[in-house]
Amino acid sequence: MDLLSVQNLWVKFPTRQGIFDAVSGISFNLGRERLGIVGESGSGKSMTGRAILRLIQKPGRIEADHIKLQGENLLDLAEAQMRSVRGQKISMIMQDPKFSLNPVMTIGDQITEAFLLKGSTTKAEAWAKSISMLEAVSIRDPERVMRAYPHEMSGGMGQRVMIAMMLMPDPKILIADEPTSALDVSVQRQVLDIMDGLVKERGMGLIFISHDLNLVSEFCDRVLIMYAGRIVEICEANKLHQAKHAYTKGLLNSLPRLDRPRKRLDVLTREDIWAKTDSLRSL
Amino acid sequence: MSELDVNQVTWREWLLTDEPTSRRHARLANFYQGWLSLRGNSMAMFGLGILILLLLVAIFAPILSPHDPFEQSLGNRLQPIGSENHILGTDSLGRDILSRLIYGSRITLYIVALVALIAPVAGLLVGTVAGYIGGWADAVLMRITDIFLAFPRLVLALAFVAALGAGIENAVLAISLTAWPPYARIARAETLTIRSADYISAIRLQGAKPLRIITKHIWPLCISSLIVRVTLDMAGIILAAAGLGFLGLGAQPPSPEWGAMISEGRRFILDYWWVATMPGLAIFTVSLAFNLLGDGLRDVLDPKDGG
Amino acid sequence: MLVLKENKRRRARAPSLRFIKAAVLTLGSVAVTMLGLLFVTFIIGRVMPIDPVLAIVGERASQSTYDAIYEQLGLDKPIIVQFFYYLFDIIRGDFGVSLLNARPVSEDIARVFPATMELATLGVFIGIILGVPLGVIAAVNRGSWIDQVVRVIALVGYSMPIFWLGLIGLLIFYGILGWVSGPGRLGIFYQDIVPLRTGMILIDSLIAGNFSVFKNAFSHIVLPASLLGYYSLAYISRMTRSFMLEQLSAEYVTTARVKGLSERAVIWRHAFKNIRVQLITVIALSYANLLEGSVLTEIIFSWPGIGSYITTALLSADMNAVLGGTVVVGLIFICLNILSDLLYRVFDPRSK
Repeated sequence: MDLLSVQNLWVKFPTRQGIFDAVSGISFNLGRERLGIVGESGSGKSMTGRAILRLIQKPGRIEADHIKLQGENLLDLAEAQMRSVRGQKISMIMQDPKFSLNPVMTIGDQITEAFLLKGSTTKAEAWAKSISMLEAVSIRDPERVMRAYPHEMSGGMGQRVMIAMMLMPDPKILIADEPTSALDVSVQRQVLDIMDGLVKERGMGLIFISHDLNLVSEFCDRVLIMYAGRIVEICEANKLHQAKHAYTKGLLNSLPRLDRPRKRLDVLTREDIWAKTDSLRSL
Repeated sequence: MSELDVNQVTWREWLLTDEPTSRRHARLANFYQGWLSLRGNSMAMFGLGILILLLLVAIFAPILSPHDPFEQSLGNRLQPIGSENHILGTDSLGRDILSRLIYGSRITLYIVALVALIAPVAGLLVGTVAGYIGGWADAVLMRITDIFLAFPRLVLALAFVAALGAGIENAVLAISLTAWPPYARIARAETLTIRSADYISAIRLQGAKPLRIITKHIWPLCISSLIVRVTLDMAGIILAAAGLGFLGLGAQPPSPEWGAMISEGRRFILDYWWVATMPGLAIFTVSLAFNLLGDGLRDVLDPKDGG
Repeated sequence: MLVLKENKRRRARAPSLRFIKAAVLTLGSVAVTMLGLLFVTFIIGRVMPIDPVLAIVGERASQSTYDAIYEQLGLDKPIIVQFFYYLFDIIRGDFGVSLLNARPVSEDIARVFPATMELATLGVFIGIILGVPLGVIAAVNRGSWIDQVVRVIALVGYSMPIFWLGLIGLLIFYGILGWVSGPGRLGIFYQDIVPLRTGMILIDSLIAGNFSVFKNAFSHIVLPASLLGYYSLAYISRMTRSFMLEQLSAEYVTTARVKGLSERAVIWRHAFKNIRVQLITVIALSYANLLEGSVLTEIIFSWPGIGSYITTALLSADMNAVLGGTVVVGLIFICLNILSDLLYRVFDPRSK
């Protein structure tokens, strides 16, 4: 069974010029796989991630036929029930650990907080579990890190802490919103490998949101391409070169390739019509 | 919408354009769009309205005022609100309160205008010189600024007036002396930011002298932050002036200065409350108006500081 | 793959040296500012149109008496030397003698200062207790009617002349309703009963266990303290709101929500924790503002504090007293600013 099923998702924001649709009626499914969502800024990809977790703040609105997590429609849940879904069943990591970690709390406090929420564990148990989780993300001196503050860590380490923190409650789905965009290229691969290893090990579903088509096509099993709040292409990562939509083809053509050097790279042109057609339905 | 044939484009379209044709066009367009934005803020417009009213009242005081503000009538002392001939009542010497309020607006405007002229200009000079020249001049000027900032405003103004003697000019001077430091700080901060910009280096290479750079390039950019700050400070300045007046250190009797009127009415507050209350309401209204306008201006000119 | 920043190791080796250097620089800076402050008050004192010699000897003194006093006051020496005498006097705590009661100004100030402190402290207390929660609520419910109400309260606070509001307050709560006592610190019958230990009657009466004095003192202080508290509240709530808005749009707040924390935990355990340090600065500054505000408030309420002292001295041209008071208030102002700076650095883990 699919882990997640999204049908006809809209995210609307009322503005002075009328209602702005950040996400316009998209539908897709997620199994125990790595699904990439690729798009430029403003394509609605981050909004999709947040909408799944129902984290869109007022005055924004989420509308959908359903967002089903293992058969249960998340839109039907009360806020209190949704809170037990967040973190426990679906987790999210964000782009820059400098900003996504609380600067005035120690790492230890922040990680154990997630765990102590779940149930009746003692502080000692939470601490121990945190240590083992930090070791699982290849952090060598977990005791020291637990007592450190976020600003004392490098980007790569911070992101690994985020992964540890978000995977500790054993969620079914991980949404990664540009997880490596703020990292040095040399560190990106490490973090991705760690994330990948843990996701596979636990049989989780992963939604990988990024603007980097190259990265996503290498890392994910399936790719969704979004433009102006709509899905314009869905295909498997290894079949990307057979993409049908002009936007995808444009994206692919604007990437330089070592094996097919060209005198000039194509400039990506955008057609107005893309923003007006309906979203592609998932297979 | 880039028709450059002026005959075919209305004024409004011309001012709302995204593609200005000249520097003057850009400046006017900016001003107009800023004005539209401000106009949308009803609170700020309310404040502006009150201030315009204040200006009109001050200008037309002789026409609007029902009585002579200095005319005493001891038989008519302490008449309550709503008495015939005296809508707001009379004070302890029988003078009509409404007339005194109206003429008092002139004094308020006088103080506001003078301080608004002296303090920001002084601060601008100090701040831009310190920021542009840097080095020891900067250190010395900033130290002086800090020293003045280290004083609580009212206490320092009191000390100045004590030394210089009571009177409205001295009060203005004392308030200005305590008000200029924040402007110096702002001007210096802006100068430091602008000074390191590439275009400044460019015109310096072209041979522009520091004076020209400061006056033609740095000052115009400081203006908007200063305007916002001045408007917001106005409320505090009015309150300080009223405070000094209340202590008898501002405009001297029989001048109808609002702060002094409160002081005069203080003795009778329990039984004849209107004598002290009315001038206070006037001060409050004007101060509020400046605050509302200042908030609105800040939202337009400096949106990130809003909230 | 421990990539803790290199600096941390280097810093760990010689923390004391850096700290000492920073402390010395700060102290030096403070000293220079205080020196400047004293210089300004000195100049003010010399600018006054009143002849200090005449003030002491009177108008009918002979020329020789005048000359003797002139020399005694050191007025024949160059200005710089006079300034140094002035400086030494201040350091020794000698602010000169008050013209009104011929007592040392320093004694007078020591007597009146606790009254102002009591008032200002209570005022800030009210400001914090009410202002911080209001600011948080306004930020959390941004745009709602609560937010508007809080903004209006703050706006009115910024626009109101404090002495006028005090007068109205006296009229309504004392004159009309009779809920509180009138001007002054204690009723006549209650004065000089309780021994003064701290100079703050509320505390001293509690120490002595005398509740009737406490009640009377309280009914006298509640109105002026509430007045100051309102001003403090206006400032504190506005700053708190501004800080909270900044934090609530930060990424780590989203992370906290993603973890499934209740909105309450997100607001208080995460967002609020980040503004605590900034609030300390705001509180220190608010305290300083209240010292200023107390000057006019004390007059309205006949409160025998340093504000009354300065203004009374001012109206009698008692320059020593005025300047003495100004110097003391100015110094406290500086100290509060420094304190807030220090506290900020101590409590913010990012500056460690």
